[in-house]
Amino acid sequence: MEQCTPCGTPEQLKKLKAVINESRSTPGCLMHILQEAQGIYGYLPMEVQKTIAEGLGISLSEVYGVATFYSQFSLKPKGKHRISVCLGTACYVKGSDKILEEVEKQLGIKCGECTEDGLFSIDSCRCVGACGLAPVMMIGEEVYGKLTPDMVKGILDSYREETK
Amino acid sequence: MTIQELESIRKAKSDLIKVRRIVREEGEKLAKKTGYRKQVLVCGGTGCTSSHSMKVIEQLEKSLKELKLDDVLVVKTGCFGLCSLGPIMIVYPEGAFYSQMTPEHVNTVAEKHLVKGGEIVKELLYQGTVMKDGSVIPFAETPFYKKQLRIALRNCGVIAPEDIEEAIAAGDYEALEKVLTSMTPDDVINEMLASGLRGRGGAGFPTGRKWAFAKASEGEVKYVCCNADEGDPGAFMDRSVLEGDPHCVIEAMTIAGYAIGAHQGYVYVRAEYPIAVQRLKIAIDQAHERGLLGENILGLGFDFDIEVRLGAGAFVCGEETALMTSIEGHRGEPRPRPPFPAVKGLFGKPTILNNVETWANVNPIITKGAKWFSEIGTETSKGTKVFALGGNITNVGLVEVPMGTTLREIVEEIGGGIPNGRKFKAAQTGGPSGGCIPAQCIDTPIDYDNLLAIGSMMGSGGMIILDDSNCMVDISKFYLEFTADESCGKCTPCRIGTKRLLQLLTKITEGKGEPDDIQKIEELASHMKSSSLCALGQSAPNPVLSTMRYFRNEYEEHINEKKCEAGVCKAMLNFTIDKDKCIGCGLCAKNCPVNAISKTDYVAAGHKLPSMAIDGTKCIKCGACLANCKFKAIERK
Repeated sequence: MEQCTPCGTPEQLKKLKAVINESRSTPGCLMHILQEAQGIYGYLPMEVQKTIAEGLGISLSEVYGVATFYSQFSLKPKGKHRISVCLGTACYVKGSDKILEEVEKQLGIKCGECTEDGLFSIDSCRCVGACGLAPVMMIGEEVYGKLTPDMVKGILDSYREETK
Repeated sequence: MTIQELESIRKAKSDLIKVRRIVREEGEKLAKKTGYRKQVLVCGGTGCTSSHSMKVIEQLEKSLKELKLDDVLVVKTGCFGLCSLGPIMIVYPEGAFYSQMTPEHVNTVAEKHLVKGGEIVKELLYQGTVMKDGSVIPFAETPFYKKQLRIALRNCGVIAPEDIEEAIAAGDYEALEKVLTSMTPDDVINEMLASGLRGRGGAGFPTGRKWAFAKASEGEVKYVCCNADEGDPGAFMDRSVLEGDPHCVIEAMTIAGYAIGAHQGYVYVRAEYPIAVQRLKIAIDQAHERGLLGENILGLGFDFDIEVRLGAGAFVCGEETALMTSIEGHRGEPRPRPPFPAVKGLFGKPTILNNVETWANVNPIITKGAKWFSEIGTETSKGTKVFALGGNITNVGLVEVPMGTTLREIVEEIGGGIPNGRKFKAAQTGGPSGGCIPAQCIDTPIDYDNLLAIGSMMGSGGMIILDDSNCMVDISKFYLEFTADESCGKCTPCRIGTKRLLQLLTKITEGKGEPDDIQKIEELASHMKSSSLCALGQSAPNPVLSTMRYFRNEYEEHINEKKCEAGVCKAMLNFTIDKDKCIGCGLCAKNCPVNAISKTDYVAAGHKLPSMAIDGTKCIKCGACLANCKFKAIERK
């Protein structure tokens, strides 16, 4: 996933326009375009939503309505490493709320927020389907399973090391 | 592809697949015929991939190359079911079940077992397959597997899902061939009706009837949809089918298209399932290439195509009308029924929607016949049900059992019981829309109607096992947080009802409950059930009502005595130090994040230092003191 400034780069815009042109004739393409747009920009800034609305000839409110309905879409930028703690039932009964608490404590931010240096953001999710490894959290695409609160610091440190 | 070509693939590869279904002497004989002395199956499902099974495959291929073992076949399969033991690797023809593999372990197995004349490395096996006398049993004969009957999961963990030839050899596309060559659309629907198959997504509506309604609807354009938006947190049956045998869903949807007169299908799948999405897309491409999807399927004149649509994380999209609205690209809000989707569904056209597991049952019904299927299960619920067994149970994973199996068989035999010496308290089924089966109902045969009668529901198949460390009020609150968060907001009873219900539950767990709260909850719940627009709101109170039915004493204890027996609800917890056990080392005070612990003047007999005490007004009940005390002097009540 690419990092972005609020306005985005010309390359990002080019990619977005290509996606819109490619899919505009498919019925019900708005969600697909939003998903691709989030892949390009990392989130869905208002400018991007405007571009999509114009490209599809629909109102901005319709785009905004869809973008804010689904939890996968984010209107705020996310961290370089996106942490997602599973709060699905299987993880919850195995204490994933304590894992989330520990991640929040370690990073000094709350769920849904991004650290000031832009390195981490925390979200909760509803089941990644790795219930056999409960409780789990994901950082980017990597799944960490059978967690205990005392493992959290070490995992976060490994990402901090990597960036140094 | 023609029928002859389909036949020849089946012939060429069916022995290879058969070796993985039968074991011992017979399997060994057959293995010789296939040209592969050994087959190594490694799970590539989400569970095992998360525990790094790709590294296992990498190392395996490397080791085989180094040892020049070119008569050993490596197959990346879907889920075997026992996800907590991953990464899993099974070696055929012995059926030797290796668990929790690491690259080093793989190398050992290659050097000692996979080489010619090699022997099973017992220490690395799943110890449930090693008998007391030292003999080894195949995976299929373990208690976990023996009680299961795999219909929907028949090919999961058996074939390489990314290889269409393996799928064909394992029996996929046989039903489609039969339907297109020898059955009329009415024949197909009659077969589905006679089978007694009911929707596996939760509500249990008879599948054949749904199809018959859609067939009877007028219209040139109709649609077939697959609900793969498995929203119940803790359920992963549908994901495993898509990851392990995606072709069976493609085939079944095509059959339904033929039956109702539709030529376009949509699979709506959760974006949180990247592996399932990828495998499904590969399968669709391969089916296209081989002429099993698209125009003129098998040269028999029927056209059908399938498109994949990704969800974006909205639980309500599991509801049929909301799912269709979402495929249309809008906010996934439900709409009132009637008109039912079979009359006016996707893009305003007649549509049928079934969930993945339902689709996975269609092909065997066609090939083996409705009679065979209807003999499995109970009077009103035919066939099998897949459950995602999770929570506090030894064998976390995926199990498929005949309808009518008791909860006791699932928990104690297949599931291997409750770990850590804890006591079984209840099983939660149906997720945020369902309820719990308490310990006193553990011998109830599980089917649609029995579960409804005891106040739970089948749901899509999530089964979370709770033990005495779980507080039922807290669990209800957990589900209400979920539904309040996921309520789409379109109708008032659900939007506001879930919030109010959650407030009441929060109040109770915070120790501020009042005696009339139980009555308030019951009243509110009954309004929500009768007046919400869709199933999300109508069933949102279920977890509360069902726990109140069986665990009313817990609610009353929370309200009247301000006590949480399980010790989960923090506000009601009190940490105290037993002054006679405390030696005054001060470790608790060092670890207390809010400096709530200090020295007293009391020195217990036999101790040198004064004991410590906790200031209840400062304590945040984090439990750090308890975790650090080496003298068991701290009590949590």
